[in-house]
Amino acid sequence: MGTAIQDRLARHTLVVLVEDKPGVLSQVVNLFRRRNYNIESLTVGHSETPGISRMTVVMCGDDAAVEQVIKQLYKLIPVTKVTDITDDAAVIRELALIRVHAPAARRGEIKQLADIFRAQIIDVAPDSLTIEITGTEDKVDSLIHVLRPMGIKELTRTGRVAMVRGTSGNGG
Amino acid sequence: MRLNGAQMVWESLVREGVEAIFGITGGKVIPLYHELTRYPIRQVTMRHEQAAAHAADGYARATGKVGVCIATSGPGATNLVTGIANAQMDSVPLVAITGQVSKSDLGLDSFQEVDITGITMPIVKHNYLITDIAELPHAIKEAFHIARTGRPGAVLIDIAVNVQTAQAEYAYPDEVDLPGFRPHLTGNRRQLKQAAQMLAEAERPLIVAGRGVLIAGAWDLLRELAEKADIPVVTTLLGKSALPETHPLSLGMGGMHGESFVNHALQNADLIVGIGTRFDDRFTSTAHTFAPRARIIHVDIDPAEIGKRIRVDLPVVGDALYVLRDLVPMVEPATHGPWRETIQSWHSDTKGRDVANRDPHALLPQHVVRMIDQATQGQAIMVSDVGQNQMWEAQYYRHLRPGSLITSGGLGTMGFALPAAIGVAVGRPDVPVWVVAGDGGFQMTSQELVTAVQERLPIKIAVLNNGYLGMVRQWQEFFFEGNYSGTPILGPDFGKLAEACGVMGQTVQDHEGIAAAIDRAMAHDGPALIDFQIEREHNVFPMVPVGGAIHEMIRRPEEGMEAPLSNGNDVPESEV
Repeated sequence: MGTAIQDRLARHTLVVLVEDKPGVLSQVVNLFRRRNYNIESLTVGHSETPGISRMTVVMCGDDAAVEQVIKQLYKLIPVTKVTDITDDAAVIRELALIRVHAPAARRGEIKQLADIFRAQIIDVAPDSLTIEITGTEDKVDSLIHVLRPMGIKELTRTGRVAMVRGTSGNGG
Repeated sequence: MRLNGAQMVWESLVREGVEAIFGITGGKVIPLYHELTRYPIRQVTMRHEQAAAHAADGYARATGKVGVCIATSGPGATNLVTGIANAQMDSVPLVAITGQVSKSDLGLDSFQEVDITGITMPIVKHNYLITDIAELPHAIKEAFHIARTGRPGAVLIDIAVNVQTAQAEYAYPDEVDLPGFRPHLTGNRRQLKQAAQMLAEAERPLIVAGRGVLIAGAWDLLRELAEKADIPVVTTLLGKSALPETHPLSLGMGGMHGESFVNHALQNADLIVGIGTRFDDRFTSTAHTFAPRARIIHVDIDPAEIGKRIRVDLPVVGDALYVLRDLVPMVEPATHGPWRETIQSWHSDTKGRDVANRDPHALLPQHVVRMIDQATQGQAIMVSDVGQNQMWEAQYYRHLRPGSLITSGGLGTMGFALPAAIGVAVGRPDVPVWVVAGDGGFQMTSQELVTAVQERLPIKIAVLNNGYLGMVRQWQEFFFEGNYSGTPILGPDFGKLAEACGVMGQTVQDHEGIAAAIDRAMAHDGPALIDFQIEREHNVFPMVPVGGAIHEMIRRPEEGMEAPLSNGNDVPESEV
């Protein structure tokens, strides 16, 4: 039964445009908590319009839950637009910083792995390297997976940022 | 015009049409109160801030205007919380103004500092923390606009004390600029046409009218729709009085303590048109068991209410007034004689055995409410508290005028009635105001008796006194082995308590005393309380046990065991 429920839960990416006013982030977070929905990740930053911030929220839920979340988000006064881009053609990226244990003998190997993932080494310390990677969550997951045996000392991920693909090109 | 912040508040409130405010002064609103006396606004000083919020709530429900309450920072603000939540839950336009420590003291755990905007975030439509006088006029303008526009609700403005004393040039904005707040009033025409089509196809239609009909002022259109297409009308608790309860198409209240024939009608309907109702759990019981044979049209101004609890076949987002104005002309005249007769047959099956008819000599709460109904000829504004008293009021008072019942529906706040009635009486001095409360809830805010005296508000109060937290005791009797844990409560001598406060007090211990006491209370030129010492373990029937479907009711013992109306499939298709 648990799996039957799991099957219906899909991961949704919502783009939420909000007026950049005090308390708006906690309003959005509070809403998810109060209505008993989980946020998997949330990123906030400026949008192309001054005074409007853009949040990318990743949540798990069935269609009814996501519909309800969107409607409830719209009830927050500073929220101006909510879009579920899960089924849209979208560019989705995440950035991660990974500090990995790196004694001199292993540095070459780590550098090679980073190159394969087109990740960059952005800091070098006597016993560690810090790697920056940008890409889909899968790609970030994969790099973390191969680095883990080396000893990850510190890790931070931004969570998903997303944007619907432009329509003016000849792509589909 | 150069004003200080406190003057700006009152100047703005006057421009918003505010005539009365309910509150308590305190350290961080002294500058506000200092300026208040120069403005044409009635100040009602309550004895507790919770009561101030309830009074503003009652005032708003009774007048249709925005209710305003005010409290100081810290404990004053936290005391408002229950009242704010209550108003928000029942879609009442409320603006709560709180004082706050000065900007330089904010965040330092200063004396009487509390983060009231943080605390109230989940229970308001919106809130503001004002630390700069430049933000003040816009915030007030927006607060009133948000509170009263679309689905009404509660808005809090927390004003740092330094703002109240600061000076600035005052200009009150004419308009608000809220790109994220544009409620949709008019129903989509294609959906309205489909609604009319569904009504034309229905053989067993019902309207479920909620408080949204009353908020929108759409009762005349509701009646037109019901009469034109011959559709019986069920109300929710807060929808009561949307159609006069003596109207041939009025079935009365459905839900947990609705009459069984009403719930039976809901379960057998083939079309339900919900208008301005949340279809909350006390009405529908377990959502998937509700109205299994009906297609559902849901009209609500709040899109988030549509599809929230129950499945909906046709959503219509809009204000009940606009939606009905457009829908009524599209609807074909129809008659549903067989359906109404079927409902009537279920009704006849139960009404003769009602205890209020059968047991004429006991002091029963049903008798008390009936006699208040008779004495006021259904013309009073009734303010009920929460619990058994609330259900007896709802079952036995016939509400004839729109907006004549004021009660705490969604939050179920015991102690609401007396302070709310103070707000009602301030807003509607032209109408008799009655409180019906239990002894438990009444004791939660009974300090407001003195407020009624100070303000010369001739509220009449019926305490249905059974010495228990009665609704919980009833649940304990039915579902918790009769273990009356925490429910027996000692009360004061309510008559003497009233007298001590300057309220006319009476005590009634037998059936014969009911009518005379009501008459004396009504003849008295001032507030009056009657302590009705009712049968102690009397229950509210019928009742839907939690988790059941609404037709699976515990019925009145007087109704006996015969032929329960207990399944939703006993209308033979040939009958309807």
